[in-house]
Amino acid sequence: MKRWWLVMLVVSQASAETRSFAERPDLPTDAVQSGTLFLTPDTRALQADDFANPGYLWVERGEELFAEGENSCSTCHAASSEGALAGAAARYPQFDAGEDTLVNLEGRINLCRQRYQQQPALAYESQDLLALAAYVTSLSRGLAKNVSIEGEAAAYFQMGRAYYFQRRGQLNLACNQCHDDNWGKQLRGDTISQGHPSAWPAYRLEWQTFGSLHRRIRDCDSGVRAKPFPAGSEIYRSLELYLAWRMRQLPLESPGIRR
Amino acid sequence: MSNTIRIKAPGQARRGEIMELKAMIRHPMETGYRRDLYGKQIPEDILDRFECRYNGEVVFSAEFFRAIAADPFLTFYTVATESGTLEFRWYGQDESVHSEVVQLEVE
Repeated sequence: MKRWWLVMLVVSQASAETRSFAERPDLPTDAVQSGTLFLTPDTRALQADDFANPGYLWVERGEELFAEGENSCSTCHAASSEGALAGAAARYPQFDAGEDTLVNLEGRINLCRQRYQQQPALAYESQDLLALAAYVTSLSRGLAKNVSIEGEAAAYFQMGRAYYFQRRGQLNLACNQCHDDNWGKQLRGDTISQGHPSAWPAYRLEWQTFGSLHRRIRDCDSGVRAKPFPAGSEIYRSLELYLAWRMRQLPLESPGIRR
Repeated sequence: MSNTIRIKAPGQARRGEIMELKAMIRHPMETGYRRDLYGKQIPEDILDRFECRYNGEVVFSAEFFRAIAADPFLTFYTVATESGTLEFRWYGQDESVHSEVVQLEVE
């Protein structure tokens, strides 16, 4: 009798698993909550304090780099000019026709360097790229994330969404199993968040430093014992687009503090 | 990346007033106990001393050790006595010195 039940269970799970990604529900809009709400009060206070928040070390360094040199970023993007970047970070990732691919903010900064500044691209996760991304994202602090998933971006959106619902690694877990189905519950000492990137790039206490969203995603992938993709890779940019859409209109909070 | 420094100090104070000073510096405070992906030891790299000088006189100092977290952040107090400068200075174990000076006006 017992064995019969086991067979039934396996069969019902298998049929749930064979549903296509397109049929899986996204996190409902009215359930969306910022990761900040899942932090301990101490960490939340650290994020809210504009002086104590160590993320501002990168924001300030980025502000210096932004105005540094003859052909600096601020030549085109002065705060008072038409090229002012308030709100820019909220629109990335987006499709870039010139590169014929989806670019995120880090990629866009590197494109600017190559196209207009005749400078080599900065390595992903290098201190200078992190600082520039931190500064530009901080200019959109409090503004709602607002990405386009239409047109050329649609294919990347579907790819990112499929990645989100795909089980992977030795633990055979998909992103949605923690961040849609079990958010708010405890995973060892931590509370599982909904996995929204509203506070990224962020200062992660575990890293003792500032880091990109892609570095964070690599940690999730290695956490389920899957082989992580390189930071800046197409699949992570696509996942970033899905996550950016999935958090709907959450305001940007970078530089955030995360555990 | 240079060691970005953030200081919070009042530009003006009344004589006898207790001033709150805040100082943060970007630094990895590498313990020397960690290993990299290839198993090679990451060499110790820490700041080991902090001083705050008020017109050249040390009014606050602290010793740092390996257990201090990255990007050390201090809050401390001193009494405003006269106009002048406040210098915040960090010493690395590698003989490096990082400092920032702010002006203070006392009425």
